[in-house]
Amino acid sequence: MSISNIKKEFPIFNNKIHNNDLVYLDSANSSQKPKSVIDRVNKFYTNEFSNTGRSVHYLAVAATNLYENTRSSVQKYINAKDKNEIVFTKGATEAINLVANTFGQNFLEEGDEILITELEHHSNYIPWHFLRKSKGIKIEFADVNDDGEVTLENIEKKITPKTKLIAITHLSNVTGAILPIKEITELAHSKGITVLVDGCQGAPHLKLDMQDLDCDFYAISCHKMYGPTGLGILYAKKKWLEKLPPYQGGGGMIKEVKKDSVSYGDLPNKYEAGTMATAQVIAFDQSIKFLEKIGIENIVKHEQELIEYGQEILRKNNLVKLIGNPKNRGAVLSFTIKGVHPHDIATILDEDGVAIRAGHHCCQILHDKLGISASARASLGVYNTKEDLDQLNSSINNCKKIFNL
Amino acid sequence: MNIKELYQEIILEHGKNPRNLRKTDNFNKDAKGNNPLCGDNVHIYLKLDKKKKVEDISFEGSGCAISMASASIMTDLMKGKEEPEVKEIVNDFLGMIKENPELESKNLKDDEKTRLMCLSGVKQYPMRVKCATLSWHTLISAIDNAQEEINTEKLD
Repeated sequence: MSISNIKKEFPIFNNKIHNNDLVYLDSANSSQKPKSVIDRVNKFYTNEFSNTGRSVHYLAVAATNLYENTRSSVQKYINAKDKNEIVFTKGATEAINLVANTFGQNFLEEGDEILITELEHHSNYIPWHFLRKSKGIKIEFADVNDDGEVTLENIEKKITPKTKLIAITHLSNVTGAILPIKEITELAHSKGITVLVDGCQGAPHLKLDMQDLDCDFYAISCHKMYGPTGLGILYAKKKWLEKLPPYQGGGGMIKEVKKDSVSYGDLPNKYEAGTMATAQVIAFDQSIKFLEKIGIENIVKHEQELIEYGQEILRKNNLVKLIGNPKNRGAVLSFTIKGVHPHDIATILDEDGVAIRAGHHCCQILHDKLGISASARASLGVYNTKEDLDQLNSSINNCKKIFNL
Repeated sequence: MNIKELYQEIILEHGKNPRNLRKTDNFNKDAKGNNPLCGDNVHIYLKLDKKKKVEDISFEGSGCAISMASASIMTDLMKGKEEPEVKEIVNDFLGMIKENPELESKNLKDDEKTRLMCLSGVKQYPMRVKCATLSWHTLISAIDNAQEEINTEKLD
């Protein structure tokens, strides 16, 4: 599958937005879906539907096999050691909450410290804030530097003997900075600190190798990986999943239930209570196949070329200020225009069919640090082209014109 | 609807140079409002005299051209009006932004209506209606001495 005409795999690009071609630059928020994924959802509900893991009839067995097949595909794609290290959740948010509720409640004590960074999305802060409220755990923030990066040194500076968990993003959804996860994990483990990675932005854009990164937990958002909504993945080292208590109680996660005692199922069922997002899991296998067909190396190369090009043209555009200048930047270009509020930028760009996001992108702490209340963000996906970025630039010029700048 | 109808000169002008963007001395009523989805915030200060007439009204905050222009036009227009009139005008404005084609308030002069109707373009942009109405809801909250901060996600 060639990346040069990949747009045709995505039916959404057949639509006109305000009579214009869609220029979709909001993939950090959620990516569009290839036809193969959309068709897979349809096929499952049309011909193959059943709940998984419970009944013994033909459809139930087939659905269970398909569901477990995706688990194997994910394991392979992220190079996890064991299939049972893949836990399906309703999203990356739930994956992080799962860790906060199990690891946090059982392995952290009052006065212990969780080290996060000023780059974090609210979903990698609020679950820890709950622990701060309920258990008296402290949250420390590693500084972001002027380039919008968090370096290994900035992490090291904030580690104390009380640090028990480092929870960090793989790729900032605002500055695009790619964090040195492998080095951070190495440092953390040398001090007996557990590491959780928020991989929402990392997973769609970077080569994933859990055994190489060596982190303890990695949270994935499937809808940002050309997959269905309502689905996330928690990768967790087996030693943790075996040690930690279940997250939610319900059907499917038990071994034996008596009036006075309950025992829990084996991995991964222990963490998948209730009927799961079955159709989404089964369709997500097609997202993995889509990524594999293009090849993550090709995706990285393509997106790097676009990022370089995007930075080049936006830097030349006066009044436009790019946020951050990280040495390793992935798929995100956030910016401001002097004299135009980001919401106004987004509304005006939308008129040209250019879809970006404006606001704080669930990163209020970072925006406070930057001294702004909001920014505009163009984020890339595999389907974007240099022409898309040219259109972005020309719509920005139109925006300046409307504001008499 | 053309985007230029939304961003009319008067809105751009008020957005760029908002009137009453300051804190009223000796205010006797105030309220805060915010839009948690986008981070816009406004703080309205009100000074009512003994007859409950608006002696001064001002605001602090940050936001897009629509929200700043809306707060600017609103504060400009409310000076000298009595409390019941203020409330009636707010309801009329919110009604217009939501569904009514025109403003109906008898407490508004024609030129005041014309100025407010500049904001009517926002109707075509449902995601931006909250930008235009935040300061108006917050003004009512100030008058009613409501303790809770106005949150656009909790409004209809």
